[in-house]
Amino acid sequence: MPNYKMSLLCCGGTGCRASESVRIVERLREEIAAAGMDNDVQVVVTGCFGFCEQGPIVKVIPDNTFYTNVKPEDAEEIVKEHVVKGRKVTRLLYEDPDTQKHISDSKHMGFYQKQLRIALRNCGFINPENIDEYIARDGYEALAKVLQGTPQEAIETVKKSGLRGRGGGGFPTGLKWEIASKSPGKEKYVVCNADEGDPGAFMDRSILESDPNSVIEAMAICGYCIGASKGLVYIRAEYPLAVKRLQIAMKQARDYGLLGDDILGSGFKFDIEIRYGAGAFVCGEETALIHSMEGKRGEPTVKPPFPAVSGYLGKPTNVNNVETFANIPVIFLKGPEWFASIGTEKSKGTKVFALAGKINNVGLIEVPMGTTLREVIYDIGGGIKGGKEFKAVQTGGPSGGCLTKKHLDTPIDYDNLTAAGSMMGSGGMIVMDEDDCMVSVAKFYLQFTVDESCGKCAPCRIGNKRLEEILDKITKGKGTMEDLDYLKNLSKVIKDTALCGLGQTSPNPVLSTIDNFYDEYVAHIVDKRCPAHKCRALRVYAIDPDRCKGCTACARACPAGAIKGEVKQAHVIDTEKCIRCGACLEKCKFNAVTVQ
Amino acid sequence: MSKIKSLDELRQMKARLESQMDIREKSNNPEKLVQIRVAMATCGIAAGARVVMNAIIERVEREKLPVIVTQGGCMGYCYAEPTIEVKRPGEDPVVFGHVNTDKAMEIIDKYVLHGELVDGILPVNYQTIEKN
Repeated sequence: MPNYKMSLLCCGGTGCRASESVRIVERLREEIAAAGMDNDVQVVVTGCFGFCEQGPIVKVIPDNTFYTNVKPEDAEEIVKEHVVKGRKVTRLLYEDPDTQKHISDSKHMGFYQKQLRIALRNCGFINPENIDEYIARDGYEALAKVLQGTPQEAIETVKKSGLRGRGGGGFPTGLKWEIASKSPGKEKYVVCNADEGDPGAFMDRSILESDPNSVIEAMAICGYCIGASKGLVYIRAEYPLAVKRLQIAMKQARDYGLLGDDILGSGFKFDIEIRYGAGAFVCGEETALIHSMEGKRGEPTVKPPFPAVSGYLGKPTNVNNVETFANIPVIFLKGPEWFASIGTEKSKGTKVFALAGKINNVGLIEVPMGTTLREVIYDIGGGIKGGKEFKAVQTGGPSGGCLTKKHLDTPIDYDNLTAAGSMMGSGGMIVMDEDDCMVSVAKFYLQFTVDESCGKCAPCRIGNKRLEEILDKITKGKGTMEDLDYLKNLSKVIKDTALCGLGQTSPNPVLSTIDNFYDEYVAHIVDKRCPAHKCRALRVYAIDPDRCKGCTACARACPAGAIKGEVKQAHVIDTEKCIRCGACLEKCKFNAVTVQ
Repeated sequence: MSKIKSLDELRQMKARLESQMDIREKSNNPEKLVQIRVAMATCGIAAGARVVMNAIIERVEREKLPVIVTQGGCMGYCYAEPTIEVKRPGEDPVVFGHVNTDKAMEIIDKYVLHGELVDGILPVNYQTIEKN
């Protein structure tokens, strides 16, 4: 294999592939070949760089030039100018939004400066389809070291690191492994939960797409610790690229003897199978996940017995989430003390978040626990889109809650987020601005839960439906103040009585929006007004007679014939006939149409 | 593909594979390494800059030197091509002119590795706006 003098790293994550990154790679290779430099310059398809907002990304190594928003037709210029002549293509560099200066090196971008990448250490750096690149970065060394010691020693290491489950629950990982290892039984299972279902979350997908070997290595370590020889990855079939890369990595690991019989000459036997999920949200709950893998309906059952005692096929089973596993090899390579030195008192290490919503830098980030929401949203996320006002951030998906301005300086960790009425969840962060209606947001999450409820227990099946109906009533301006109390009471009943995590947490978006945005609910109910003008039924359109030129554009656009007026005279909207579609607002060139 | 049988074998394999990743690893921390920038504009290439750059890269790889080699555009010293700019960590960059392969090796032996200046330094006659 030649030693290349230059590398072009091109993002091959799902987001950038959707923007033709596969074509960019082809074009770059063609241009390099045309320049006769294919022995000197290598094009590497990597996983996600995280900066999805600016994708597709092409990074030139060794000078660390970070090109953003690259299109296939830019390949020629990148190769002819940068690769051949050493001149950077300035127009493709990232432009700092504050100073309007071009930044060439990703290290100097606000987006990357506050990040600490442990689980994402190889994302955007190695080719996920080549195990050699993982091995070159200390891959499988943690497994080899663990195999030289006893399972108990390895479990101690994980316990000492303070790692907690990254899927949302935050249960100490070392303790979970210990319980599974102490459970009697010859046959045990390691399960990787890759059933990522929160709206707006893509942490696990990106890790599997960018660095599948880190998860495979960690599962083997876990297998050795608890005494399992079989691992299962439960992944949704909607993640075809992650599945493909995982399959490639598993095959390569088997070829090297890193999976299979007699791993690394130690006598330890471990292999992994993939199980596909149909994309039901409830299957992220571990008991439902196990039933789904067994071929049964994806319905949760009461715990105890915990899976560590009786899980897959009734055998002791350890279930961890993708991101949790991705942290494991680093803990063994750098030591548990190092890992425990990062983060807060009770939450160690880092957390990956998927930033989405009304934020400038949509993307995948990893920060030390204890970083404040302000740092995440403003320093890394680049603030709110279009210079609007920050209103709330939803963490923890449909199980979480909304955090507001007053929480901006709260250090992010499991306990602080719970205390603030939300939860860590798996790491989705949806940012909302002044144009978002919080009652509608709560309704959106409830609709999601109603769709995804498995229907086994009455509180979740019926209770959530009732919550959704009341919220719908409020957004239509038909709510009463009694409805608010009813919402709160019903929420508490559902939380106390639902069978599994889905139902126990589904009222959280309702409760947290009532807590933090009580005035907004009151405005909907008493004033019949939606402050964010989102709720269609509550909008009142009017025409400002001083601004109206009588051009008749609105009257012609109105599908309900609700606008009357003579040419060159101010028009008027008949609110009785108005169906609140907003067509007049879009058509008016004089800003004469207003919404209340 | 042969199986890896022990931690030692894994480490040997890693040592072999590492060099392929070397330029990526180094580019993670460029400020801690000596950076050599070879001027590779048309005039530089015509004067033999590519041969010089390849010689430098080969030596850096062979001896695993803490050096990162990049190419630059025209530096404006057309009379002195090929030119290379060497920046030792924490020091100001120094530009050498009329660099052929032998001269490049001398620069690596003396200046890059030990900070001893050699003949052929071009006086700095510009300021960069990045520093301001």
